[in-house]
Amino acid sequence: MLKRIGVDAVEIRKAEQLAGLDGLIMPGGESTTFAKLAVEFKLLEPLRAFCKSGKPVWGTCAGMIFLAKDIGRAQPTLELMDVKVKRNAFGRQVDSFEIDLDIPALNAIENGSGKPAPFHAIFIRAPLIESVGKGVEVLAKLDDGTIIAARQGNLLATSFHPELTRDVRMHRYFLGLAK
Amino acid sequence: MAEKQIGTWAVKVGLAQMLKGGVIMDVTNAEQAKIAEDAGACAVMALERVPADIRREGGVARMADPTKISEIMEAVSIPVMAKARIGHFVEAQVLEALGVDYIDESEVLTPADEENHINKNDFNVPFVCGCRNLGEALRRIGEGAAMIRTKGEAGTGDIVEAVRHARAVFGEIRRIQNMRPEELMHVAKELGAPYELLKETAELGRLPVVNFAAGGIATPADAALMMQLGVDGVFVGSGIFKSADPAPRAKAIVEATTHFNDPDIIARVSRGLGIPMAGLAVKQIPEKELLAVRGW
Repeated sequence: MLKRIGVDAVEIRKAEQLAGLDGLIMPGGESTTFAKLAVEFKLLEPLRAFCKSGKPVWGTCAGMIFLAKDIGRAQPTLELMDVKVKRNAFGRQVDSFEIDLDIPALNAIENGSGKPAPFHAIFIRAPLIESVGKGVEVLAKLDDGTIIAARQGNLLATSFHPELTRDVRMHRYFLGLAK
Repeated sequence: MAEKQIGTWAVKVGLAQMLKGGVIMDVTNAEQAKIAEDAGACAVMALERVPADIRREGGVARMADPTKISEIMEAVSIPVMAKARIGHFVEAQVLEALGVDYIDESEVLTPADEENHINKNDFNVPFVCGCRNLGEALRRIGEGAAMIRTKGEAGTGDIVEAVRHARAVFGEIRRIQNMRPEELMHVAKELGAPYELLKETAELGRLPVVNFAAGGIATPADAALMMQLGVDGVFVGSGIFKSADPAPRAKAIVEATTHFNDPDIIARVSRGLGIPMAGLAVKQIPEKELLAVRGW
């Protein structure tokens, strides 16, 4: 996906690999596994320092959980984004879903058609944002008001997985945070 | 806003994408499931007996008791998979009703149908299926499997069949990548593979779904070997809970799978894990007792 929009991407497994990056995406996966490996391989502090450097950092799904200050359970996170997140909030895999979202922040981003279009989002055993603190901008909600995307300065969080679709607008929005 | 759509191909293959790079562990009760989750497993497989015990005790191996599966689902917050017999679509319906996150239509259980697998497109829950070669993998994807695992020989602790099957799949993919388009139909016929999926695989240079390894992984080095051969993650069956000290071994296998290209880390995590599962060399198993040959 990043390659398609002209960005070089590398996979990060160790703290020393963070040097020289312009931005960081923490993808989906199993958040409990994330947390254990981050603690075991001493990644928490280097990641916190990276996030505080002002470079853009984006967490999708498990990555969003990992950015949050409060996830309502004893599981290590970076505790940087002032949001309260609930894990597996929509149920089990049989409740995973796809849906078209209105994301106003993406309307200014070129999508090929020249006019605003819904963003097709895929939610896999997804988390949601229960509440946001001051300084956090809500980017997208479901019809029932559930918050599923937010931004705080250089930090971006989405419940869904733009990396599983062909739509590059969310990625372009993320790159825009670098400026 | 549009309506939610559930049970789509995108959400089925999407969950498998989220498991990539991880370890899925066989567990037979809530306590083992907690050990697996605490070790960093990305999912657990709920079953009645691990393959090594199925092999030893014999008899008909079936879907686990729903009470057991529900206990495991309540014990952990990570995805829970469960096994149904090949072709036994009612066991699969039961597992879907229980709310498991993935169904493994598995050769480890005694097959219920010796010609047909389950029509996995009928379900909202996704399926993983085993394969020994590319043709078998693509037939299963054609039936709706959203994830593939190479079979290996379950319950042995012998990695040789896992290696054989992974090399067969990847070798065949490399072969078709170099073919002219008109040659692919002949290969589709030869492999018994759906043509469209074969063409897609040749274009992608990999299977169109996530591909894990299974069957015989017993050590951190075994897991890293399969990762270096090119699989997306590993299943560990008897290898953990048939070893002397399951918790540290489970954690070490997770770490070796993440850092599969880093021999220093694999060496460090491999230290002092105690005795691995005793194992059974595949070469010494009578042919009629092999599990991997089940599946058509």
